[in-house]
Amino acid sequence: MATKTENREQLLDNYRMMVLIRHFEERAAQLYTQAHIGGYCHLNIGEEATVVGALSTLRPEDYVFTAYRDHGHALALGSDPGAVMAELCGKVTGISKGRGGSMHLFDREHRLFGGYGIVGGHLPLAVGAALAIQYREEDGVVMCIFGEGATNIGAFHESMNMAKVYHLPVLFFCSNNQYAMGSMPEDDSAVPEMWMKACAYDMAAERIDGMDVFSVREATMRALDRVRETREPMFLEAFTYRFRGHSMADAGRYRSQDEVREWQRRDPIQLFGRRLQEDGILDTRMREDIEKAVDEEIERATRFALESPSPETDDLYQYVYTEEDR
Amino acid sequence: MTTKTYREALNEALREEMHRDQDVFIIGQDVGKFEGAYRVTQGLLSEFGPKRVKDAPISETAIMGAGIGAAMVGLRPVVEFMTINFTLVAMDQIVNNAAKIRYMFGGQVSVPLVIRTPGGGGQQLTAQHSQNLEHWFAHVPGLKVVAPVSPADAKGLLKMAIRDPDPVFVLENLALYNTKGEVPDDEYEIPLGSADVKREGTDLTIFAHSRMVNVALRAAERLEDEDGVSAEVVDLRSLRPLDTETILNSVRKTNRAMTVEEGWATYGVGGEIVALLMDHVFDDLDAPVKRVGGEEVPMPYSKPLERAAIPSVDRVYDVALQVLA
Repeated sequence: MATKTENREQLLDNYRMMVLIRHFEERAAQLYTQAHIGGYCHLNIGEEATVVGALSTLRPEDYVFTAYRDHGHALALGSDPGAVMAELCGKVTGISKGRGGSMHLFDREHRLFGGYGIVGGHLPLAVGAALAIQYREEDGVVMCIFGEGATNIGAFHESMNMAKVYHLPVLFFCSNNQYAMGSMPEDDSAVPEMWMKACAYDMAAERIDGMDVFSVREATMRALDRVRETREPMFLEAFTYRFRGHSMADAGRYRSQDEVREWQRRDPIQLFGRRLQEDGILDTRMREDIEKAVDEEIERATRFALESPSPETDDLYQYVYTEEDR
Repeated sequence: MTTKTYREALNEALREEMHRDQDVFIIGQDVGKFEGAYRVTQGLLSEFGPKRVKDAPISETAIMGAGIGAAMVGLRPVVEFMTINFTLVAMDQIVNNAAKIRYMFGGQVSVPLVIRTPGGGGQQLTAQHSQNLEHWFAHVPGLKVVAPVSPADAKGLLKMAIRDPDPVFVLENLALYNTKGEVPDDEYEIPLGSADVKREGTDLTIFAHSRMVNVALRAAERLEDEDGVSAEVVDLRSLRPLDTETILNSVRKTNRAMTVEEGWATYGVGGEIVALLMDHVFDDLDAPVKRVGGEEVPMPYSKPLERAAIPSVDRVYDVALQVLA
């Protein structure tokens, strides 16, 4: 059993983070319907095991590049929930100073090198960061997270090929939530299992249960060890499910409520909580305490976001060019 | 001063910057073993090794994106595209990533990289290999675009581009690689965003960039010889940022202006200059400003057709006389 070898505190941290992400996203959905959050808003609800399992395994010298469904990624890497919520609300105290919004979180301190809005467009950047690691003979690796829909764009194939040809330390982490907006892999991918695409690039690959945080953590640690040791890229596919729409503006007509309910029976937080209770690491009282503490933290974050000022319109041109900001 | 070709001047700029800064490296198709499709990177692989002169697969998106990613982490990549036509394959990376990353992440990261690539026609390379698209990049906030015509400018501007903290697009030109000019032997600086008066005059200003500066200079000589007209030729040299002061001061002096660009004039560089003149020096103008650009067709193969499609000295001369009339 993984629980016996895992550190108890680590497991509780993972559980707490999954709850934090769930409640953060639920609060973000509320703020969106109240028009405090504008634009697009893509939630990680349902994917918490994949997010936390993957991102809790990294070291300070590593880099993360991810797509636009990035709130949970920032939180799991240690970003301040207040700064993330403030960014969603477009405030100057936001993690990207109110210039990026929900899709474009960036946190240098926690090595989050960005959430990106063009599907697959950030994969080449991850390859470049790994090239820099190799160039400077550093120890870090790059984790590049993307959805299964991204595997159909040219940038994916070019990046996989280049990472392999240059022998770069990149972990390509495909978070397969089964829907690219309304399209399933069966509709738009020649092979329905994404890990198979890595075979074309002679890259080690594995598919894992993305609803089970143990499975994700264990496989990601193994994969990262391999990437660190061999300095070669690797591919992981976490099979998961998003309980909410693609974004807040999604009527969900492409899938049945029965299907969603079926997947919700494997809610990653419930699965993990039950398992920890069975192993005597968590009890009902502790779960309630965690929920309460998380809710308080999110209320603080929300208050900070709502009370923070917007950026000054006089600063509209700030950050376009480096020289001008000096 | 030493006489050098445009190609040699670029090659020197790369070599000197790579010696100066260990973080500078070159990535592109056939930049190493092949020594560059147009030999700009000649000798650099043997001098600096494969780590710093990186041959890349035919993957423009990944090449460009890898350059951006490496720059975000602190290296100073020089990304070579074989021709400007191939940058279209990497447009998402250039426009959506390179130009946006600093801004959309609230200034937490810069993208100090150079994109080098030749544009232009006249080599019978036809529709897919003869375009002038530099103004597409000059349209985008977050990018800088320079377009040197002389070997000295090419060396100076490429060096400054490499040292700049933001993404700089350096437009070269196929027909300029073998042209020669005097290049200073000592270190010199050409600030990005500075135009250069290549020929002083009093009756008319001809604005041009890249190879069309040479066409404008020949037209100016003919205007002097045949018509006694004193034409000033302002080499824009930088399309973003534009050197508005030099541009406006010239027209305040000559009171007449025209623009020349090798690419299609519609939605082009000339239109931008004309708008700038309307905003600031309308009252100084004695005649409507005219534009000269390439004929609005895909570049044909046949030599006479190709010649007819590219702005010529005769054409610039004729339009100059219209502006002077």
